[in-house]
Amino acid sequence: MQFTRRDTLVMGAGAAVASFMPLQAFADATDDQIMAFAAGAEVTDGGVELTAPEIAENGNTVPISVSAPGAVAVLILAPGNPLPRVIEFNFGALAGSQSASTRCRLAGTQEVMALAKMADGSVKRTSALVKVTIGGCGG
Amino acid sequence: MAENVKPRVRVPRSATAGEAFEIKTLISHIMESGQRKDGDGNTIPRSIINHFSCDFNGENVIQATLEGSISTNPYFQFDAVISESGTFTFTWNDDDGSVYTDSKDITVG
Repeated sequence: MQFTRRDTLVMGAGAAVASFMPLQAFADATDDQIMAFAAGAEVTDGGVELTAPEIAENGNTVPISVSAPGAVAVLILAPGNPLPRVIEFNFGALAGSQSASTRCRLAGTQEVMALAKMADGSVKRTSALVKVTIGGCGG
Repeated sequence: MAENVKPRVRVPRSATAGEAFEIKTLISHIMESGQRKDGDGNTIPRSIINHFSCDFNGENVIQATLEGSISTNPYFQFDAVISESGTFTFTWNDDDGSVYTDSKDITVG
């Protein structure tokens, strides 16, 4: 069988699509999590602050902190991880501020996302790009 | 039950009523994510702490739902504000059903 220039192009495009498939699957999982968290509310940018290192040498322990004044719950998502959910904080009546810090695993360089649900039901979003030198999700 | 699980908590001994202060917690735990494979290619089953909560005199300060993406030895830092002396209780729930707790007294002066 002989490959024409057109065939090669078509195959190349097909391969490119195929190689993006897993990423697309991750993105869908992330969208599902966002929809479930927002529960119908519109997601707007701003109003929540996510602090993460610009470059994380070790993806196994990436310090992240989130601050969202007036929030009742905060969800952190890592869309590039096999499972995008990282942690969900629910602030109680005695929380001194709507902020918290923890350490998470990141599989690779990605935009870490923070969603905050405000007391009035609105949902805020922000994201921060973290460059990961060594991924932290194993095999 | 995961072995050598040891909770550590840092809470100030005293606080001013109505003024926020910082609490730090750390618990030693392997936090096996359920994504890794062993030498034979079998997936190592997930074994993590899936829930954390901090309460003061029965009222909630913060709750967290943890996933496999949380690092080994989960660490938290958050703020609390109280108006009376009392006891903070910290609870961690393991995937295997174990519950680890710690408590700290604090005086408001």
